[in-house]
Amino acid sequence: MQPFQFSRTADAKSAVLMHGSGRKDASSDPANASAQYLAGGTTLLDLMKLGVTRPGQVIDINDLGHTKAGTIEFAADGLRLGAMSRMSAAAEHPDIRRNFPVVSQSLQLAASAQIRNMASLGGNVLQRTRCSYFRDVSYENCNKRRPGSGCAALDGVNRSHAVLGTSDQCIATYPGDFAQALIALDARIEVLGRKGTREFPFARLHRQPGEAPHLETTLAPEEMIVAFYIPKGPYARRSLFLKVRDRESYEFALASAAVGLDLDGDSVRQARIALGGVATVPWRAHKAEQILAGKHLNEAILNTAAEVAFEDALPRSHNAFKVELGKRTLIRALRETAAMEI
Amino acid sequence: MVSQANSGPQWSRRNFLATSVASTMSVTLLDYPPATAAPSSSADPRDPFVTNTTINERHYRLAFDVRTTLLDALREHVGLTGSKKGCDHGQCGACTVLVDGRRVLSCLTLAASTEGKNITTIEGLAQADGTLHPMQQAFIDHDAFQCGYCTPGQILSAVACVDEGHADSEPAIREYMSGNLCRCAAYPNIVDAIGQAKIKMKGA
Repeated sequence: MQPFQFSRTADAKSAVLMHGSGRKDASSDPANASAQYLAGGTTLLDLMKLGVTRPGQVIDINDLGHTKAGTIEFAADGLRLGAMSRMSAAAEHPDIRRNFPVVSQSLQLAASAQIRNMASLGGNVLQRTRCSYFRDVSYENCNKRRPGSGCAALDGVNRSHAVLGTSDQCIATYPGDFAQALIALDARIEVLGRKGTREFPFARLHRQPGEAPHLETTLAPEEMIVAFYIPKGPYARRSLFLKVRDRESYEFALASAAVGLDLDGDSVRQARIALGGVATVPWRAHKAEQILAGKHLNEAILNTAAEVAFEDALPRSHNAFKVELGKRTLIRALRETAAMEI
Repeated sequence: MVSQANSGPQWSRRNFLATSVASTMSVTLLDYPPATAAPSSSADPRDPFVTNTTINERHYRLAFDVRTTLLDALREHVGLTGSKKGCDHGQCGACTVLVDGRRVLSCLTLAASTEGKNITTIEGLAQADGTLHPMQQAFIDHDAFQCGYCTPGQILSAVACVDEGHADSEPAIREYMSGNLCRCAAYPNIVDAIGQAKIKMKGA
């Protein structure tokens, strides 16, 4: 690990002003910026030890957890999650469990009890891919780590890689779970930067790899996520997160589905669907939602929705199973959501 | 401390640790007033970083390289080698300690971030007279380990699991203990030990 300048602050604005400390940042990509905010550290410290991330400045923002940034609040129109809230606090919050089960479950099924105690919600959505060619610096070809160097995963061992949202530059899977719940429920995020705060749909945070896989988000280098807003909706209460993985606990998803349904008897008024483990970014399945709208949930319509959700899938040599697994995961999630007693 | 490593022909892990403890103690005895401003390392990131923490109810003022993790600070600066380094990447749980009563991974925690915190390691669980914590005793009673390398992390994680109220059933224990791997696969006995200790801890 290379040496870094360490500082700590309990004030978000100070942290943003400290970021870069007036130095011109060589990288326009916040994930590779020479200054990094440190919250739970469960991604950052790991990647610093691996030599993947090499910040010259680390700003510890954990003290923000004692401010509004660390609180969880309910309002008439929805839920506000401070970005410095820990995963465990949101996962086990009784009101979130009852009114936003997909949010609670997406966090509860992730990582381990220790990591959920450490990791912040803001850091969670910014966690980096588990692609082994990205994480192992002995591989020279990684467009995410070394722009323009190629992608070793395309023709390498790509069992865990994405089938949706890929490009010929990168097929790394977005590893998180919470982001799928956020994107399914039309969450918004508030970020703080040098020019003040701005708020925008969470769906606009992550960027597909395209021609620039190293640019993972739309944040400016010094911008910090302050809060998530999740609107109340009829589908928020009838929602769940289904995660399929190689072992039953403490493992990343091979395929996951965050689903919310607004039902009128047996028919669907509105559906909300996000897919994880199969895509390069938190993936909203708009077309599948439209297929279900106004329909009775029967075998045929569930199959059609799943087919549509994966119609653009581009499997590689080892991950073709994810197309079928992803479809079945979605169908099961929809069935279980429809059967929920609320 | 490392610079003393070539000071004698009979160098061993044990006297390395003893030296570490001794030099740490001398740092600990310095009685500086606590820092009032938010801490920040000096302009040269290679200068030692100073942190005040409480470890097992004892105050420590430690100076270390700012890159030092809590795990390395405990093992190599304070001499508390009970916390184990398994993967050093947050995947095995062997380094689990309690920070302000909550279980965390010391390998992914910067020691610099523990200013003012209360840390409990496996060395701090037993009573002063040597009476073991109910969880330690339960691990012995149920033979809940073979090689023992993961055990300190398992026990601290298990204490937290009970304190959090996540030990009400076997499936709950298995789920909430999934962050602690045991390559000897003593899992059934670990679950049984937690079941026993849970009752004694509630009675305490």
